[in-house]
Amino acid sequence: MDKWRNIFNPSSVFVPLGAIVLGLISGAVIMLLGGYNPVDAYQALFEKVFGSPYDIGETIRTITPLLFTGLAVGFTYRAGLFNIGADGQYIMGMTGAAIVGIKLQLPWFIHAPLAVLVGALFGGLWAALVGYLKASRGVNEVISSIMLNWIALYLSNYLLRALLLEPGQQRSYFIHESASVSIGWLSRALENARMDWGIFIGLIGAVVFYFLLWRTKQGYELRAVGLNPDAARYAGINIKSSIVKSMFIGGVFAGLGGVFEVLGVFHYQVLSAASSGYGFDGIAVALLGGNHPVGIVFASILFGTLTYGSAGMNFSADVPTEIVRIVIGAVIFFVASHGIIQGIVKPFLASRRKLDRKGAA
Amino acid sequence: MKNMKKSSFVVSALLAVILVLSACGGGSTGGNGGNAGTNNGAGNAQGGTKAGENFRIGMVTDRGGVNDKSFNQTAWEALKQLEGDTGAKVKYLESKTDADLIPNMNQFIKDGYDLTWGIGFLFEDAAKTVAEQNPDAKIAVIDTVVDLPNVESVTFAEHEGSFLVGVVAGLTTETNKVGFVGGMEMPVIKKFEAGFRAGVAAANPDAKVLVNYVGDFNKPDQAKVAASTFYNDGADIIFHAAGGSGNGVFSEAKDRAKSGKKVWVIGVDKDQALEHGDDVTLTSMIKKVDQAVLRVSNDLIAGEFKGGEVTVLGLKEDGVGLPETNKNLTDEVLQQVEEFKQKIINGEITVPTK
Repeated sequence: MDKWRNIFNPSSVFVPLGAIVLGLISGAVIMLLGGYNPVDAYQALFEKVFGSPYDIGETIRTITPLLFTGLAVGFTYRAGLFNIGADGQYIMGMTGAAIVGIKLQLPWFIHAPLAVLVGALFGGLWAALVGYLKASRGVNEVISSIMLNWIALYLSNYLLRALLLEPGQQRSYFIHESASVSIGWLSRALENARMDWGIFIGLIGAVVFYFLLWRTKQGYELRAVGLNPDAARYAGINIKSSIVKSMFIGGVFAGLGGVFEVLGVFHYQVLSAASSGYGFDGIAVALLGGNHPVGIVFASILFGTLTYGSAGMNFSADVPTEIVRIVIGAVIFFVASHGIIQGIVKPFLASRRKLDRKGAA
Repeated sequence: MKNMKKSSFVVSALLAVILVLSACGGGSTGGNGGNAGTNNGAGNAQGGTKAGENFRIGMVTDRGGVNDKSFNQTAWEALKQLEGDTGAKVKYLESKTDADLIPNMNQFIKDGYDLTWGIGFLFEDAAKTVAEQNPDAKIAVIDTVVDLPNVESVTFAEHEGSFLVGVVAGLTTETNKVGFVGGMEMPVIKKFEAGFRAGVAAANPDAKVLVNYVGDFNKPDQAKVAASTFYNDGADIIFHAAGGSGNGVFSEAKDRAKSGKKVWVIGVDKDQALEHGDDVTLTSMIKKVDQAVLRVSNDLIAGEFKGGEVTVLGLKEDGVGLPETNKNLTDEVLQQVEEFKQKIINGEITVPTK
């Protein structure tokens, strides 16, 4: 009981909620300024997300990569590292999965798990590289990881071109059926929405995230390094290996996001001129979720819903997609500027607590 | 207590702002509605019921979005024109990621739109999936081919148009060196390069063609560097097929023109002399995406949707070619271009595609 109360304590619940409400209100104000009806727009958003089984399925599909990259950023943040490289790790995950999915031919019970594993490893090692540079040479992880995003993009394009490209196409060959992680019956039940095991693995990932950090000695060390590296070193914790480990695990999460995009959603990888940006959305998701797995799950649901629903606002209420991005931006803004929300929420909480105390007395 | 006061002030101020704004917003929405009403009335009074009024046509963009100054924008402008001409209702959805292509197409189809456009080669797999799952829906794609009975595909013979600008370049170059700057190295852009090479070779066998692909349609900086290298290398004409990156080629040419050097750029997709001026724009290889969109959409309204067919728009169909006015081309050059054009149309010359 106490554990849950710790997770859902007033400031961890009301600050994000307040941020969301303020974000939605700002969005409404902007829509009004533009001459659009915010009530219609939010209704259209809601209907787009929950309107049909297909839309529910596709919303889940939108949430999945955000959940993975959110976990990737959140995990490393707990160890005191700001992982901007989730985008690159995501791409490496896609590439690893695509290579195994296309190049190897194995029975399904080995093929799909192997492809998932290799993709996760690609992502993990890509991130561990950042951790290693930081641990051994003191390279700032923000700079190295953001630069490695570009290297990952072009390296991935190179590998695609060299190994996997279908002639005359801008994408790889399709992966073998045995490597697919799509769930056929669920897709059929949801009117052909693209469903795969990603969301379930993502939720398991959130649980793993929790257990690693709060239920193991390693996790305790990681968090100690994150809270105060000097104190952690004094306590005899190996900071260097902690940094590499936490980056590796974060990279595995991001890599898995890319894996399921390839093996579950597309079944091929596209030669891309720019990254999909999931890694950067993941930063916002982690921030909104307070870098806690439960928070990240909810934050990814919110972001996925807003992202997918934006097409509905555009379609049914004729609100430009940009407005929805402004709403998302506003939510992040309000979350990032804790002070504003706390300034509003805290006094209410404080007065309620006072009342509680009076009542108790 | 002090804090409490401050925060309730903030909240009430916020509420006040929202109330005021919602009043304004309501008013303006009403006004818009009224306008739309009068417009419709006028339209009806003038032309009676328009042919396309009961038709709804949707368009899904790729990640470039509807304001990409290229493909998507041209297609959307064509649909807007269609709306004005026929009264058909048109709408677009932008795709934020590649994963959005399918749900966006499905949005139109599930809403019962009469035709859904997928603009660009990226739609090949998305359109195929959606068309298979919705055999009754009508879908049209540009720049790619989907072989299904409910999909009409439109592609362009870019190599033919590029051949003609290749002829222009071959006849105009003084250094016997010309350049080609491509966007991404992919089949469609390869057609531009192949046609251009063949055209240059046909008009001027001594001329050399330098080639560079910058890897993206939205990297003018890299295209500028590529152009700079070519010009330094002695090329005096560069043909670009690089979308937004091509602006970098123009920028480099303008810089050189300023310092008194005479260099040329051959534009792509539309008459780029209109945007970049006649000082550096020799001519352009026009690709009439708008004509393709209008043609297929009008067929639909006329009840003649050609599902399952592939329409290739080349020189013969006037789907590609040079602009109508070419201030920088001599009559001699234009005459030769016309001769080659006729040869391609009547099959005397077959332009390679790769």
